[in-house]
Amino acid sequence: MSEQNQFVREVAEKKYEFGFTTDVQTEIIDKGLNEDVIRTISAKKGEPDWLLEFRLEAYRYWLTQEQPTWGHLTLPEIDYQAISYYADPTKKSADGEKKELDPELVKTFDKLGIPLEERLALSGMAVDAVMDSVSVKTTFKEKLAEKNIIFCSISEAVKEYPDLVRQYLGSVVPYRDNYFAALNSAVFSDGSFVYIPQGTRCPMELSTYFRINARNTGQFERTLIICDEGSYVSYLEGCTAPMRDENQLHAAIVEIVVLDNAEVKYSTVQNWYPGDENGKGGVLNLVTKRGHLRGVNSKLSWTQVETGSAITWKYPSCILQGDNSQAEFYSVAVTNNHQVADTGTKMIHIGKNTRSTIISKGISAGKSQNSYRGLVKVGTKADGARNYSSCDSLLLGSECGAHTFPYMDIHNNTATVEHEATTSKINEDQLFYCNQRGISTEEAVGLIVNGYAKDVINKLPMEFAVEAQKLLSVSLEGTVG
Amino acid sequence: MKSEQQYIELYGEISNLIKQKSCDVMNKVRDAAFASFEKVGFPSKKVERYKYTDVDAYFAPNYGVSFNTLEVKPSKYIFRLAESPIDLSAYYNTIADNNDGITALNTAIAHDALVIYVPRNTKAEDPIQVDNWLRGNTSTMVNRRVLVILEQGAEATIIMNDHAEDKQRFLTTQVMEIFCKDNSHLDIYEIEETTPLCSRFSNVYINVERDCTVKHNSITLYNGQTRNLCDVVLKGENSEVTLNGCAIAGGSQRIDNNTLIDHRVPNCTSNELYKYVVDDKSVGAFAGKILVEKDAQKTVSHETNSNLCASADARMFTQPMLEIYADDVKCAHGSTVGVMDETALFYMRQRGVPEEEARMLLKNAFMGQVIDQIQLQPLRDKLFVKVEKRFRGELEKCDDCRLCK
Repeated sequence: MSEQNQFVREVAEKKYEFGFTTDVQTEIIDKGLNEDVIRTISAKKGEPDWLLEFRLEAYRYWLTQEQPTWGHLTLPEIDYQAISYYADPTKKSADGEKKELDPELVKTFDKLGIPLEERLALSGMAVDAVMDSVSVKTTFKEKLAEKNIIFCSISEAVKEYPDLVRQYLGSVVPYRDNYFAALNSAVFSDGSFVYIPQGTRCPMELSTYFRINARNTGQFERTLIICDEGSYVSYLEGCTAPMRDENQLHAAIVEIVVLDNAEVKYSTVQNWYPGDENGKGGVLNLVTKRGHLRGVNSKLSWTQVETGSAITWKYPSCILQGDNSQAEFYSVAVTNNHQVADTGTKMIHIGKNTRSTIISKGISAGKSQNSYRGLVKVGTKADGARNYSSCDSLLLGSECGAHTFPYMDIHNNTATVEHEATTSKINEDQLFYCNQRGISTEEAVGLIVNGYAKDVINKLPMEFAVEAQKLLSVSLEGTVG
Repeated sequence: MKSEQQYIELYGEISNLIKQKSCDVMNKVRDAAFASFEKVGFPSKKVERYKYTDVDAYFAPNYGVSFNTLEVKPSKYIFRLAESPIDLSAYYNTIADNNDGITALNTAIAHDALVIYVPRNTKAEDPIQVDNWLRGNTSTMVNRRVLVILEQGAEATIIMNDHAEDKQRFLTTQVMEIFCKDNSHLDIYEIEETTPLCSRFSNVYINVERDCTVKHNSITLYNGQTRNLCDVVLKGENSEVTLNGCAIAGGSQRIDNNTLIDHRVPNCTSNELYKYVVDDKSVGAFAGKILVEKDAQKTVSHETNSNLCASADARMFTQPMLEIYADDVKCAHGSTVGVMDETALFYMRQRGVPEEEARMLLKNAFMGQVIDQIQLQPLRDKLFVKVEKRFRGELEKCDDCRLCK
């Protein structure tokens, strides 16, 4: 027991690697949320009237709603008036149009391992870097433009491709979807916009890196990915935030539209600041992510590695509307100390012969609570739908919890739906085997956990897989139960 | 919050009458239970555990309330609460959850209760069979209350049969409290075989102390709308709980089973197996939660729910949940919803078995897994026959009961 306590202490004392702040002049609007604030944000971004109207409608709807309480978590009271909804760390030149890149920002992203200079960048990856409410820089834009691929921040897309944005924005996640979706629709700041034209295979991985820096702000990212007929894209998302004593709000919406024969692979490595060992501070990660598989034979794959955030409330889902469409969800969620994660997916089968796979691996340590919550729904017309779900939980420590809440609503007699879940602790025999061969308990746990998560990690693009593996061992170091 | 009002008014009118007919043990808690009902009302579909059943709709029609006194043949282990030779106030209404509107209503209105009491170190040699007959000339509501107490080292097998005789609308609420003291062994069967006009709301609460084995079997062969809730609390170490369920629904029947197994202490085992066959336009729902509390180390728990959707319009909702706060446990659950095995069908047809027959055989075999768990041989044999008849659509009129002969 004492040995265990020591381990726990060690991990608790472990510093969050990305917890530094950047000292950069940031333009922050006043705290509070009202229609004027929304008008200010919209004006700052030079948005057309229809978008302002969209925001205001969402805001008015949001006012009528209450914060949901159904999750297996206790959301702290969020004072929406104590948050500033827009923070811009970029400098503007005299004409107020063209942005200069502050060397401090470049340094920050360098430190995070995201070089903004194209020559330094890993070949084969284009990055859109978002700090607080604004996209700082998007790399390789020109190279992608050669193939008619649009990859830019959503603010830019609103200006340059208003028709596309207007057609698809809010079509997958309407603002009425849920409380946080309404909030995001009202105040969303920046995120990425991706359009892959017909029959194009995106030659490089597209990636967005989100960073919260300013104090007392929330980040409201909005990402929209449209994959036209017969195209393919692999998209990565990463995120970090500085260490702060107060909770920071991150309420995002990601919408993905997949048309006929197209394929999207969406990977997330989420490493927001998880709070300290006493559960103080940390990011509240309240996210709505959804993909709409509109076309026949379309394919969408979500892969997520969730290691950060004080509270994670996230259900990347798929609406399988096109016949023969395929969806996959691979997730590793690690919680430690006082972290709480309630995450999973929704697979809504509407089209014929649609198939979905769910592989979820939860790892809980410390005093954390880790829940899988998922829905598999097969509609009356989804003949021949097929689903396989497997949710495993690993418990490291006697004070944590692992929970599984799967829902299956089957309205079709030709559907085959399978679900299985197990919860256990690390196998003593495996530990003993490693110990016997001179591998310390701690290393052995790392090995076993990595092996356990391998099914999911293997689905990540190479660069991310390495990072995720490292992250996993750091998150769990010293939590031998 | 619509249909509560008529019950609130009803209670106002008849509470004195009920109290007169009833006994002190029951009257003591009556007003408090009614106050609780007034406060919570019927659970709406927004209440997680009542997600799949619209309780309000079933309680809305105007039913006459039956206050017939129980017909209990004097026997060694069975008696009416009002005639109880021992003081049962330490048991009655102690584990029933009156925050549940249906339980609260039952506690408020039920004027008598059936008690099955097996004294210390006694084995009830023969199975105890309780037949509940629903009879009436008009739509009737029945509030049944049952108390089962197995003292230390006691052993019993209980069979509860539900029948409906007349073609009337019946609404039954049942609250059953089961106490299993140290080292007791209980095998209980609830078999429902009523009519499509019947609605049943049954809330069963089981308290298990140490070294017990408890088996609860819920078998719904024929019904209208059934909602069974079964809450088991494991309070003593080394106990084993098994929950079996078999549900066959056709027509526009509905069967909703909701179970909770709460492991509060270490070293207990729980097994759960529920199987459904839903046909025609019927709706099946299953929600089972295994809760392993913080100190319940070395818990072993298995939960399985398999379902067969036999028609295009049938609906199945399933929700097997695990909530685990202890680390040294082995818990697993599995759930499937599927169709009949085409290769097996093909195999049989190839050998001259007609398709209808082949399908029936497969359905039978599917349910056989649950029926096989029944330890009471005569009951098992009888149920095999009944299940087959049910699938052949011949169960509507039973032929082995005394009324039909």
